[in-house]
Amino acid sequence: MLLEVRGLGKTFGGLDAVKGVDIDVPEGRITAIIGPNGAGKSTLFNLLAGFYRPTSGTVTFRGKDITGMKPHRTVREGIARTFQTTQLFEDATVLENVLAGCVVRSRSNAIDAVLRTPRYRRDERASKERAMAELEFVGAAHLAHEIASKLPQEAQKRVSMALALATQPRLMLLDEPAAGTNDEETEAFGDLIRQMVDRGITVCLVEHKMSMVMNLADQIVVLDHGQRIAAGTPAEIKQDPLVIEAYLGAHDHQAGARP
Amino acid sequence: MTTALSPRALGVALVALALLLAPVAFSEQQYLLRVVTTAAIYAIAAYGLNIILGLTGQLSLAHGAFFGLGAYTVGLLTTDYDWSFWTSFLVAIVGTTVLGYVSGLIALRTQGAYFAIFTMALGFLVFITITRWESLTHAHSGVSGVKYPESIGPIDFSEPATMYYFVLLFLAGVVYTTHALLRSNAGRSLVAIRTSEDLAKSIGVNVAVNKQLAFTASATIAGLAGALFASLNGFIGPDSAGIDRTFEMLLFLLIGGLGTVMGPLLGSLLVAFLFEMLQDLETYRFIVLGPIIVLLVIFAPRGLVGYLNDLVPARFRRTDTTLSAEPLPAGSTTTNDEVL
Repeated sequence: MLLEVRGLGKTFGGLDAVKGVDIDVPEGRITAIIGPNGAGKSTLFNLLAGFYRPTSGTVTFRGKDITGMKPHRTVREGIARTFQTTQLFEDATVLENVLAGCVVRSRSNAIDAVLRTPRYRRDERASKERAMAELEFVGAAHLAHEIASKLPQEAQKRVSMALALATQPRLMLLDEPAAGTNDEETEAFGDLIRQMVDRGITVCLVEHKMSMVMNLADQIVVLDHGQRIAAGTPAEIKQDPLVIEAYLGAHDHQAGARP
Repeated sequence: MTTALSPRALGVALVALALLLAPVAFSEQQYLLRVVTTAAIYAIAAYGLNIILGLTGQLSLAHGAFFGLGAYTVGLLTTDYDWSFWTSFLVAIVGTTVLGYVSGLIALRTQGAYFAIFTMALGFLVFITITRWESLTHAHSGVSGVKYPESIGPIDFSEPATMYYFVLLFLAGVVYTTHALLRSNAGRSLVAIRTSEDLAKSIGVNVAVNKQLAFTASATIAGLAGALFASLNGFIGPDSAGIDRTFEMLLFLLIGGLGTVMGPLLGSLLVAFLFEMLQDLETYRFIVLGPIIVLLVIFAPRGLVGYLNDLVPARFRRTDTTLSAEPLPAGSTTTNDEVL
């Protein structure tokens, strides 16, 4: 298992946002986490990426206990994330944005930069090549010199993925990668996610668009009220009475639980 | 190659040339040279603030205090204790670095407005200590007779032009450091923190450590500027550590352009020039300065440098992000291109 989550819990002022959650994320697969609004999906992501400190349970990544590890260290370990509301360095160009993602793998420090040591030059060249390669990968290379905030939402989402990819992750946590996109774009993001997996990156995503989840996921984990109520293949989840009751019952598959 | 002739590079070259030739131009007017030297010292301090505020986005109001600490270290050591300037200078730099580091450890536990308030309190603490600890600091009588740097061979620092070039050396140093930082991963980490701490964390930036380093570096630079100020001026009083110093530095930054390479320098020179012109008005000079600041905020919210960069034709822009492995010519100053 690439990622093993055992009995993970987080309480906010006596309220259990996530409680006793077990998840296994197998390497090279796509794991989707679904659940109604407020089920604790984003909290779970924040726990995995180190943004929140769990109140109970353990997270093991590649055999190493990373429970409670700070985000800058989980990124170093190989976990990258995107945010539900796309976050970018808005005043900077697309390329500069993605360059920022290369910082974590760089070896040179401020003193190297001031003295222009060979290490600094090597680093800068490698960073630029990597940033361009990631932009190429997400299909945004032609936007490299545009200011990030001026791009349409869909392009910004691509750039934010390139930014996360630039940190060279083994596990990618995507928080609603298709939110606010139309069917065609959703399809394209699905392809992009598959390509990530082809590159050897394991993907874990939170998504409300059932069509995307059912098409894409190898494995689905369903959360409700902070607890895991089901886990299995898309086919199994569709049949699961608990899931139907908690989540799918009142809605059709397309609309999901989006208000 | 267009980059070599870009208006920005040209502007920087002109500023550099003007600064280099200032002693020649003012050879008959020692007073004016002194004004420019003082402005250059303030500019150095402003570059210190630029690192923590301009790049990292943390409003520190303790920088007047660090400036004052540097000034008093050199002031007291070279007079009451009769140390040489050079030793005192070194002690001032190391001292403000250590103090900056230690106060950063505490101050950076706070965020946003609380950080500003905390550092302002820190500034007042230093100011009050200086005004009250009379046996050490002479309180309001100040420290007079601060030494010039001792001569090195034929270089005589009591010569105004020599002192000017001595200061200019450090100014060039901080300008270059800012420039180099902005196009490095270290600088990108700082700017990432300024933009969004969450996003910075998500790309693996150690926010706490980077803020700590930026705060320490900016304290060091402010202390260094203070040390130079004490030596140039020969006299220092408690006001050289006051909150007014901090707000002056802020003014230089806002007018010049936050987080830019040339902004602190242009801001400091321009304000020094304005202050001189309006000297007869004394405390009323802010009546004139106030509206100028208001106009600037309205028409050039990103400062003078930001405004000038907007005038630069598009074909010259963003040339420095092209994928050439070679470092590009110095002097890019735009926020968009440089910052991040």
